[in-house]
Amino acid sequence: MKILVCISHVPDTTSKINFSNGDSEFDTNGVQFVINPNDEFGLTRAIWFQEQQGANVTVVNVGGADTEPTLRKALAIGANEAIRVNAAPTDGFFVAKQLAEVVKNGGYDLVIAGRESLDYNGGMVPGMLAGLLGYNFVNSCIELKVDGTNATVAREIDGGKEIVATSLPLIIGGQKGLVEEKDLRIPNMRGIMTARTKALTILEPVSAESNTKAVKFEKPAPKSAVKLFSADDIDGLVNALHNEAKVI
Amino acid sequence: MSILIYAESAEGKFKKVAFELASYAKKVAETLGTTVTAVTVNAGNVSDLSKYGVDKVLKVNSEKLAGFTAKAYADVIRQAAEKENVKLVLLSSTTDSLYLAPLVAVALNAGYASNVVGLPLSTSPFQVKRNAFSNKAFNITEIATDVKVLGLAKNSYGVFENGSSLAEEDFSPAIGENDFGVKVQSVEKASGKVTIADAEIVVSGGRGLKGPENWGMLEELAGVLGAATACSKPVSDLGWRPHTEHVGQTGKPVAANLYIAIGISGAIQHIAGINSSKVKVVINADADAPFFKVADYGIVGDAFEIVPKLTQKLKEFKAQNS
Repeated sequence: MKILVCISHVPDTTSKINFSNGDSEFDTNGVQFVINPNDEFGLTRAIWFQEQQGANVTVVNVGGADTEPTLRKALAIGANEAIRVNAAPTDGFFVAKQLAEVVKNGGYDLVIAGRESLDYNGGMVPGMLAGLLGYNFVNSCIELKVDGTNATVAREIDGGKEIVATSLPLIIGGQKGLVEEKDLRIPNMRGIMTARTKALTILEPVSAESNTKAVKFEKPAPKSAVKLFSADDIDGLVNALHNEAKVI
Repeated sequence: MSILIYAESAEGKFKKVAFELASYAKKVAETLGTTVTAVTVNAGNVSDLSKYGVDKVLKVNSEKLAGFTAKAYADVIRQAAEKENVKLVLLSSTTDSLYLAPLVAVALNAGYASNVVGLPLSTSPFQVKRNAFSNKAFNITEIATDVKVLGLAKNSYGVFENGSSLAEEDFSPAIGENDFGVKVQSVEKASGKVTIADAEIVVSGGRGLKGPENWGMLEELAGVLGAATACSKPVSDLGWRPHTEHVGQTGKPVAANLYIAIGISGAIQHIAGINSSKVKVVINADADAPFFKVADYGIVGDAFEIVPKLTQKLKEFKAQNS
């Protein structure tokens, strides 16, 4: 089984978010970048398939050379090889177009991408990729088993989960649950050393349009200070929730 | 040229988000000088849509669509959009609609913006404001394509009554076998519990509650309020509560009317996940807990003392006000 794991290079979850150039660009100053958490759950599940079922795992990112450390980290975690499509990821559709090309040329059976990235939160790349390729697609996956060309997948639904049966080739929109937090791997020294010699192929992008454009960013308006009640004044809180906030 | 909404239903009844979406669509339609058409799948009685400004409904009733199949449902929405020659398709942000929207967008060659908050800032060029960076910022997105797909963030607009006369039409789109490559085997759903996705009020507990055995008081509080229960990441990592209750940046997002955080310090990742909630209350023993910086109301003190008292007061309040 050939697996492609799509990796988004995103600010660490603790990052302070700021913008530059008249609020038109994300300010990367002092920001630590990581593998998008939803992608990391998928990557770890892919490594499980590699170890248990002999799968070959390729990671791919659409981005500039600055994203290579993130790909090297994925290699250190255990991916066999990496691909970087050398283009700025201008919008979800553009990225999906690039990935579709990689999938078609690489003959992947299983593609795992995070349900959404934690930067733009578009939540569109796995679905658009599935739409472009016409492959089977399950979003918000929390369990994934593959047996030959058959797959059994659990999908999170509002208030529970749904078990579906499908077949390869398959696109997965992954999230926590594919593996648990405790199963995530921190690259060890040996992994880091071998990652240096693993293949990282750079591909030039195919021509594709962007359907959307991020024109500007805004930060939420500063909040007014919290209204405190003493532990003896529960009535005060209940009154405020009823009369002022009108939420009960 | 009408606006098309996908009015989502479950077991033959519309979800509240369907009415929020209709309210939003009506307002956008007024700006654009057009009408609102809804497409429904096995929705039962559709007349409620007329209360929120929907002018026409395309009713799809099919045994084949009894279980949710994203590809088939997306195909239905695409055909409805083409039949009505619409330029703007609106979906909500339920798990199902988030699954559908990118498929619909590709099928219609449409640009798609998700997590949209508020009405379009301009319609030419078409610009919308959306949540990004996990609710730490907004992003203004311009959609360049002729046909556009928007996903409306939950609880971001509200439900507004706006009576209309509703024209109902049966619609039978072509649904092919290749729409069913993914087949539902079973659904596991806790019955009788308010889900985090549907809840107007969410009561959430953190490590400050000291152990899973102490969740009884939290559930009691949630019971009085008709609220869903949730928890912070450490609590789900420790196995005190199921992962389905984990809310935050890597867990479930919460966009409730009221979010009550008990014994949660308020890590930046937690706040990101719940920040779309309208009113936030914090109960924490540590006055320096970061949650107090983002909360609207707070009590500094011992949760084990405060929560039972709050539950009692709310019971009295409900008895008086019902």
